[in-house]
Amino acid sequence: MLNKALFIMMMSLTSLFASNTVYASPVETFEFQDQVTKVRFQALSKELRCPKCQNQNLADSNSPIAADLRHELYDLLQQGKADSEVVDFMVARYGEFVLYRPRVSSVTYILWFGPALLILIGLIVVIIILRKKPATKENLALDSDQQEKLQQLLQPNHNVKNPNITKEEKE
Amino acid sequence: MKIIIRFLPLVLVIALGVVLYRGLSLNPQDMPSALVGKAMPDFSLSTLNDANKTVTKADLVGDIVLLNVWATWCPTCKYEHPYLLELASNPQLNTQVKLYGVNYKDERLAAQQWLINYKDPYQFSIFDKKGILGLDLGVFGAPETFVIDHHGIIRKRFAGAIDVRVWRKEFEPLIKQLINEKQQGK
Repeated sequence: MLNKALFIMMMSLTSLFASNTVYASPVETFEFQDQVTKVRFQALSKELRCPKCQNQNLADSNSPIAADLRHELYDLLQQGKADSEVVDFMVARYGEFVLYRPRVSSVTYILWFGPALLILIGLIVVIIILRKKPATKENLALDSDQQEKLQQLLQPNHNVKNPNITKEEKE
Repeated sequence: MKIIIRFLPLVLVIALGVVLYRGLSLNPQDMPSALVGKAMPDFSLSTLNDANKTVTKADLVGDIVLLNVWATWCPTCKYEHPYLLELASNPQLNTQVKLYGVNYKDERLAAQQWLINYKDPYQFSIFDKKGILGLDLGVFGAPETFVIDHHGIIRKRFAGAIDVRVWRKEFEPLIKQLINEKQQGK
């Protein structure tokens, strides 16, 4: 019994680990002269979005255009281009759309800062609500003026001057 | 004041609903090209019909240009082809607007045969076997059509087939505007 549980735990751990290291690999194979370029290639092909199949990145997609762009990405890296140059190259042709992590610009302010703004608004609302003084015995108690007025009202034959009081209330 | 606060959630939910409902009717495939407003990229490629003849950007610039990306492997191109023929034979249009093809990632012989079978609406087709020009134009499929003004600036990119409806809605107003611009010497 214990062995079985241990086995299941090991299996789930392994699968968790595997899903982190293996990514849906493209059909082609690329050879890299060093590990750094390889890692950069993998990172960029995950960050760049396939223009045709919109919910997949370049690493993930089987579409011909994604394959072309993977080759292009490989060529650019082999030419010694920096990551930012590669990204600029893609954006110049396919637009900001190809970036899964959009750049901070006036168009994307709402994407980047919208959630923080909403949290801030939420916090302010919570603080306002919390700062409202709760109804304690002290601030419910009438002060002397109010007490006096109350006594007047309670007298059975006081003159009603307030026209807002309806008949039922008088009775 | 209190009543405003009471109705605020309702107002917010309705606003959110409107935004999301609008999102349903948007076409996610409809992407503005990054190249609209930019110059047509440079290229140097052979024509489809003559492997020895090299054409460059200079061969296109000067007229109002429709640049149609097509391929024999693309079924939508076949659907669109008759309408391109119609456009190319329209005497009002073809004096003002020139239609060029980009044969995109295709086999030369197959593409030549296609133009023999279905007739050739293009002034000429640029043979882009490796998709180099396609990449520079940000093409991600065929058919795509670019409108380039007489200064060589890309003014529009349209992904998908052109038919009468699309032409009237998407192209005609822009073409008229460009013809005006050209006549006024802008």
